[in-house]
Amino acid sequence: MSISTPTPAHSLSPGASQEPSSAPHRMPFARWMSEIGWRHVVAVAAMAFAIFPILFVVSASLNPLGTVSSSGLLPTAFSLTHYQELLRGARGPFLQWYLNTVIVCGVVALVQVFLSTLAAYAFSRFRFTGRRIGLLSLLLVMMFPAILAMIAVYTMLSGLGQVVPFLGLNSLPGYIVVLLGGSLGQVWLIKGFFDTVPKELDEAAIIDGCTHWQVFTKILLPTLTPILATTVLLALVGVLSEFLLGSIFLTADDKKTLAVGLYGLLQGDRSNNLGVFAAGSVMIMIPVIILYQFLQRYIVGGATAGAVKG
Amino acid sequence: MPSTHAPAHRERTTTIPTILARVLFLGAVLAVAAFSVPVMIQLQQWMWLSIVVLATIAIFALYSTKRFVPGKYLFPGTLFLVVFLITPIILTIGYSFTNFGDGTRGTKEQAIDSIVANSVQQSDDSTWYNLSVATQGDPVEGPFTLFLVDPGTGTVYQGDETAPVQEVPSGDVEVTSGFVTDADGYTILDAREVNTAYDTIQQLAVPITDSEAVRIQGANQAFEGSTVLSYDEASDTLTDSRSGEVYSVGTVGDTEYFVNADGERAFSQSWLQGVGLSNYERLFTNAGIAKQFGAAFVWTLVFSIGSVLLTFVVGFALALVLNDERVKGRRLYRSVLLMPYAVPGFISLLVWSNFYNRDFGLINETLGLHLNWMGDPTLAKAAVLLTNLWMGFPYMFIVSTGALQSIPSDVMEAARMDGASRLQTTIKVVTPLLLVAVAPLLVASFAFNFNNFNAIQLLTEGGPFLPGEYTRGGTDILISMIYRIAFGGSGADFGFASAVSVALFALTGVLAAIQFRFTTVLEDVN
Repeated sequence: MSISTPTPAHSLSPGASQEPSSAPHRMPFARWMSEIGWRHVVAVAAMAFAIFPILFVVSASLNPLGTVSSSGLLPTAFSLTHYQELLRGARGPFLQWYLNTVIVCGVVALVQVFLSTLAAYAFSRFRFTGRRIGLLSLLLVMMFPAILAMIAVYTMLSGLGQVVPFLGLNSLPGYIVVLLGGSLGQVWLIKGFFDTVPKELDEAAIIDGCTHWQVFTKILLPTLTPILATTVLLALVGVLSEFLLGSIFLTADDKKTLAVGLYGLLQGDRSNNLGVFAAGSVMIMIPVIILYQFLQRYIVGGATAGAVKG
Repeated sequence: MPSTHAPAHRERTTTIPTILARVLFLGAVLAVAAFSVPVMIQLQQWMWLSIVVLATIAIFALYSTKRFVPGKYLFPGTLFLVVFLITPIILTIGYSFTNFGDGTRGTKEQAIDSIVANSVQQSDDSTWYNLSVATQGDPVEGPFTLFLVDPGTGTVYQGDETAPVQEVPSGDVEVTSGFVTDADGYTILDAREVNTAYDTIQQLAVPITDSEAVRIQGANQAFEGSTVLSYDEASDTLTDSRSGEVYSVGTVGDTEYFVNADGERAFSQSWLQGVGLSNYERLFTNAGIAKQFGAAFVWTLVFSIGSVLLTFVVGFALALVLNDERVKGRRLYRSVLLMPYAVPGFISLLVWSNFYNRDFGLINETLGLHLNWMGDPTLAKAAVLLTNLWMGFPYMFIVSTGALQSIPSDVMEAARMDGASRLQTTIKVVTPLLLVAVAPLLVASFAFNFNNFNAIQLLTEGGPFLPGEYTRGGTDILISMIYRIAFGGSGADFGFASAVSVALFALTGVLAAIQFRFTTVLEDVN
């Protein structure tokens, strides 16, 4: 990329003082600053904005007082009491909540992506009557805010619970099947991925005698495995945040998910339970953040494929 | 349903394992259906019965033959979608034509039973019980079950509104100092919870026989008494045996109740009835509600469009700034900028809600301000948007970065050779190309924010509320307002809430259709 008119430096952000010092010495400082340096300044300011709430959570979780008034960005004292309290089960069966959450999020995300993948394969590779209408009405139905039909879902689930007790209200399987109502939520995204794989590939396979199922499992799935894994992760974090239906369906303490349980804790006493809530949050956030870092490349790729392919 | 590219006449190999798998699968489906159908008939779960029967037929039609290939792939997800998303929507539309709500949940028989049981009067020789309130559901909403201990004999009884009082085997419950303190499958309410739900619990009357029932007095006592009212089926009336007054069925508002001789409502209990369009009439003709609905709609648009614009502008700008190969450490920057996207939404929102605390919140404290973020409608709106910016900009940053990298570099080089400056190239060439690529995502983001219930509920709960105003708070978007109408405070009115939900759904659909036109998604489906 050739060098040309420098971008005006007036777009410097207010946090200009934190400019990094590791300038390459090939060009004069003023010019480096006007072409590249300011980008670092903007990036550092943006990083500060992105990270300060996370810092706050970590610092609040280590603050032994655990109140809103005593928590700041940097920990003033170091103590693991909130973590111990949670893990010991003093504030409700935290480990049970964690397990419930792993089960619910894992099952829902996996099934959701798998069923979406099946449907996306049909939409991407077959031409059939009702296909266009199907795709468009899917977009419309997924826009319906599910919580508005909550009363109906509640009535239905309590009826189902009478027939099959383990699927009723206040049971994890019941909660899971309700969330699976969104099973086709990822169809558009995954269809975008499928569309990027050349059709010639499966046509060749079919000529070689593959069935449509073999094309799906032996050619398309392996090609898209990384990006599908990322979709699972994104779906999983989506389910992690579901707390409204959960707070209605899962009322027994040992059936709650983390979102429901921690929300209840914080609601109990907003200003004094902050430390415990923060400690719980850290234990949820850390694994997710680490996974995101590992899958970063695919997350960027996945989001973009969705963008470019619509 | 022919597929375009699969050669239709090719004989596909059929192996024994695939046939075996198919037979086993269909057999399992049949077994489940055969097991559940009698149970459903017995429990009169007609809706679930039809779902199971239809699903079984569909499975056999689709998977026992080699036809309908796309259908085989579409069916599993569609089944869940139909059962747990579309059926509830249809039921909701149905509810919107009824008076479904607190006091009108059940049938007319249940309402009469409840009225009669509630007329229990205490007499001098009433038996008194030590009372524990328990629930298998929610400690605030119920349904509640009463556990009674006869202090004289120590015998334990249980019962609720629909199940008459019966003796409990002593092994199933734990009794401490005369009160039931633990029961299998139930949560016993503590004193604070009983207090919270007292208005509901106090209304409970647990039948013993047709003319006797148990009622509650105070938080831990219940007495046995006889009913004053009796129901006469032939004339469809209730008669008070003390005063001799007769109550008959009459219509008050849009709902039938038992009314006294003057036509006034005598009992709050009613039953599920169709009310025609009256819920919709109330929505569109009641000036107060229509006005609140309109105001909430305007803010919903501002909120969702504002969120999309803010997150996109910030995300796109950052992507542009960092999209220069000479910037060292881009990987680190990207990793950190991605982090808010990785934090589960409910944590972000609850943490941010602490930042806006007027006295101790991080923002006021760090910046030395004394702004009443959650007390002033304008500031609260700004706070909601700022929080949503933090939660949403990483996604837009990722998307823009990806889209920028997919723009062929020769396009930019050509612009530069024609003499365009870096800034001009960015504004005139890169931005339009990128907007085309990300437009569908912007639309999706708008649709998401339009009904972003969590963002409002977890951050502000719709507040702040003007004095004397309970329906709509300063930051209420339509969906959070509807939630409050349906489930908030003074008695749940599900019929009306369903009507508002249907209206909101229609609105969402219209907006979606308009957006489809703009983004040409409709034309582009391939």
